[in-house]
Amino acid sequence: MSVMLEVTSVSKNFGGVVANRDISIRIEQGEIVGLIGPNGSGKTTLFNSIVGYHPVDAGSITFEGREITRLRVPKIARLGLLRTFQQTRIFGKMTCMENMAVSLPNRQEGLMAAFSRLSTAAIDRAEELLEFVGLHSKRHLRGGDLSFGQQKLLEFAMALMNEPRMLLLDEPTAGINPTLINGLIDRLQRANQQLGITLLVIEHNMRVIMNLAERIYCLAHGQLLAEGEPSAIQNDQRVIDAYLGAS
Amino acid sequence: MVENLILLLENPVALLDLILQGLMMGAVFALIAYGMALVWGVMNIINITQGEFVILGGFVAFYFSEWGISPLLAVPMAALILYVIATGLYLTPIHGLVFANRLRPWLLAAGVFVASAAGFFVSGASLVPAVKESVANWGSLAPAVAIGVDSLLVTIPVMFVVGGGLYTTVLRHIVGRDLFTSILATFGISIFLQQFMNEALTADVEIANHGLDTWSFVGGDITIEQIRLIALIFALLIGVLLALYMRKSRAGQAIRATAQNPRAARIMGIDTDRVYARTYALNAAICGSAGALVAMIWAVQAYGGLVYTLRAFMVVIFAGLGNLVGVIVAGLGLGVAENLAGFILGLEFQIAFVFGLLVVVLIYRRIRLSFARKVLS
Amino acid sequence: MSAGGIQRDPFNRTTLLILLAIAAIGIAGPFVAADFTKQLTIFWVMVLISYTWDTMGGQMGYNSFGNIVFFGVGMYASAIVQIAPYTDLTAYTAAGGQGSALVLDLGQYFLGLGLGALAAGVSGLLVAVIVGSGILGLRGHYFAIGTLALSIFAAEMVSGWELVGGGSGITMPGYPGTTIASEQEKTLIFYFLCFALAGTAFSLLQWLYSTRFGLAINAIRDDEDKAEAMGIKTARYKTMAWAISGFFLGICGALYGNLLIHVDPRDTAFDGAGLGVWMVLMVVLGGKGTFWGPLIGAVLFHVTKELFWSYLLGLQYIALGILIVVIVVFFPEGIMGWFRAHYPHWFGEKVEPAKEAGEASS
Repeated sequence: MSVMLEVTSVSKNFGGVVANRDISIRIEQGEIVGLIGPNGSGKTTLFNSIVGYHPVDAGSITFEGREITRLRVPKIARLGLLRTFQQTRIFGKMTCMENMAVSLPNRQEGLMAAFSRLSTAAIDRAEELLEFVGLHSKRHLRGGDLSFGQQKLLEFAMALMNEPRMLLLDEPTAGINPTLINGLIDRLQRANQQLGITLLVIEHNMRVIMNLAERIYCLAHGQLLAEGEPSAIQNDQRVIDAYLGAS
Repeated sequence: MVENLILLLENPVALLDLILQGLMMGAVFALIAYGMALVWGVMNIINITQGEFVILGGFVAFYFSEWGISPLLAVPMAALILYVIATGLYLTPIHGLVFANRLRPWLLAAGVFVASAAGFFVSGASLVPAVKESVANWGSLAPAVAIGVDSLLVTIPVMFVVGGGLYTTVLRHIVGRDLFTSILATFGISIFLQQFMNEALTADVEIANHGLDTWSFVGGDITIEQIRLIALIFALLIGVLLALYMRKSRAGQAIRATAQNPRAARIMGIDTDRVYARTYALNAAICGSAGALVAMIWAVQAYGGLVYTLRAFMVVIFAGLGNLVGVIVAGLGLGVAENLAGFILGLEFQIAFVFGLLVVVLIYRRIRLSFARKVLS
Repeated sequence: MSAGGIQRDPFNRTTLLILLAIAAIGIAGPFVAADFTKQLTIFWVMVLISYTWDTMGGQMGYNSFGNIVFFGVGMYASAIVQIAPYTDLTAYTAAGGQGSALVLDLGQYFLGLGLGALAAGVSGLLVAVIVGSGILGLRGHYFAIGTLALSIFAAEMVSGWELVGGGSGITMPGYPGTTIASEQEKTLIFYFLCFALAGTAFSLLQWLYSTRFGLAINAIRDDEDKAEAMGIKTARYKTMAWAISGFFLGICGALYGNLLIHVDPRDTAFDGAGLGVWMVLMVVLGGKGTFWGPLIGAVLFHVTKELFWSYLLGLQYIALGILIVVIVVFFPEGIMGWFRAHYPHWFGEKVEPAKEAGEASS
């Protein structure tokens, strides 16, 4: 298996606050890896650094062997590394189908591609993915009119539509009705197995991440605290202390 | 252009003079900018009407220099006094008891505003010559300096009232909406005021006569008009007073609290509606005082307000909201830069320079932010 | 109604019928109401500047107060192309640009006009691309104010440019012939030119909105950061949108300039506080980002403005100011927006009548 994402000694400060200090993680292709840690430990900042939302102060990041440390968000997204947002962002005034349509991958887009109309294959795929997340019946509704949970599913479907190689998910189950979480976990696993998408997932819901992830990284106070398989992490005293605020 | 630049570099005294003039100019800009920052920070409104308030204040000063005291003043003054009462009623705690609903003070204020506007219109055309005649008969009643200072003292409360009235009738509906809405709405008010002033007051370019001297140094190469120095001192004084007001007084604290978190302020019992009205009126007063200075130093004309608005905007975005010292520095800097540009590029390009600079500042700010990318845009 | 499962095609039968009716009225207009031809011509100018503004402000969410720059650039570019080949430009403007100093025959005039319009369109497009490279990086109100400053900057710079007459402006070549008949001919020709331009721009834009371009700019409007995060080349689309607006506005400026004959930088070409803001208001009034919005806004605004200017001269800006405030305060979504909120099914939009149980909702 090849290395999908390699983060080496990445640090990021905001003014006086050290959000990430010297963090190194590695994700292999096809894995589902979890990223946990108490609030304020720097998880989302790490995501932002990886996808090029802001420059890092130190360290390097490579994706599929390619150096992406200095690249910006749109470029990295076109390379196949996508992220979803904690607050769930979709295009509110456009219908679900339009949200899907605009999520078509545009790797090699010449100038004329801007004037293309939607192909039947693309429409079929959009409907297929909306069906996959259970939003098919709502496909002509405006994105902004969906409930929060439905928007989360739409965002996920849009990410899949973009045919990413790797997906960074920021708290995919936050705010979701507990009875529907199993369905979401199932879909994440299917996306990983059937579509071959590597996943790095930030999660606060321990039940979810312990069942979903093969490996887990734990951050605390901006630093990497522990790494290992779910069972090991669950029993790691340092992790427990970090969450309970002992350290 | 290059010749002018060389001329400056060869004449450090001339350069110093230009810089001094620019600093004194800049003090006024900083004042106007502070008012704009206030409204922007507290109410999330970009007040395009800022320049018109300045011009209006300037006109009040002009008229006071023209009139002295005259019986014909009673017509608009009475309307204004009523207006003060109406706005005052709105701003006092009594209104909640006296008026059963919130609509009546709105209507009353609107009614008085329209009445005084009508009064201005009707008397406007014949007002100025009649007043001039009256002053000629009665004579100037105060020494020049006193008139100049009087202008300032009257301008401030008058503008406070005008600003409060505008808030009550229009802006209250704009607060809390997006900034683009505020730009359009205040633009509408500004073109209203522009023609209003043009028709009701005068279309001419007017100066308020202050009758003060000019000091000259270095054999006439450096001149400091007393009025400009007074303007600088006044600007700083008003700035300090404002800073103290915001920091020490209850009302000022209420304004700051509302700016930071309106909802929390309301929960704490602050009447945010009043705070907004007061803030906007305060801004109008600041502009009014700046305008009085402008009328005394330069000139005012009904349609000449936009430049002041955009200068203020430039200072605010350069300094950043909530940065009082930055606003002062940026304001002074703009004054100097503009004055130098006027000399080097030629007066006909001075305004082009101001607006071109604004565009450059915006782009520069964007580039700087995108390099830092510290904040989600 | 829907094109491939996505309802981006508004060209259903009702719409097409209405458009045809409008086209018919447009063609018949100058013959039926000959006295108002000039006002009608200006009306089509208003329609064009509304729809091109809507591309930026309504569809893409970039409220530009600087679109007028392309209008003015086109006007002046055309003036230069129309005058310079036939006479010395410096001498022409120095002489106050008396139109009679430049007498052209029909062939020369139309050649000049054609080339001028082409130069105008290209200039508008180029300015959009070049200026856009810096300005389109600004967001929200910074973009708005920045473009406003740009329009005034342009006005002031051109006012200082002696080659094209500086602050006093420049005179376009007069239409050949001095008879009333030739004057009527000119009025008619320019009417149809403006009408055709408006129609072309409208059609092209509606077609564009049905392509990937339309989806992309809507995405930029709804959430630009998200659009970037999905890999959309936002910079490219923003520039394209402005370039297209710039192209049409440039040509429109050329036509308008020729209509007025004498143009000056502050009041005609780069009228930032006039035409530059009216295009915004018309679209806000009609409804940003809607199919009919800019047209409705143009109609209402133009008619109202003509009434104000005719009957309230001296107070027309006061009335206009009040109108603006009323529009902004009470019609933030515009007329079409209001209809869309209250009668969404008219627009083919689906709304759930009630929450259905057992769906994927939380």
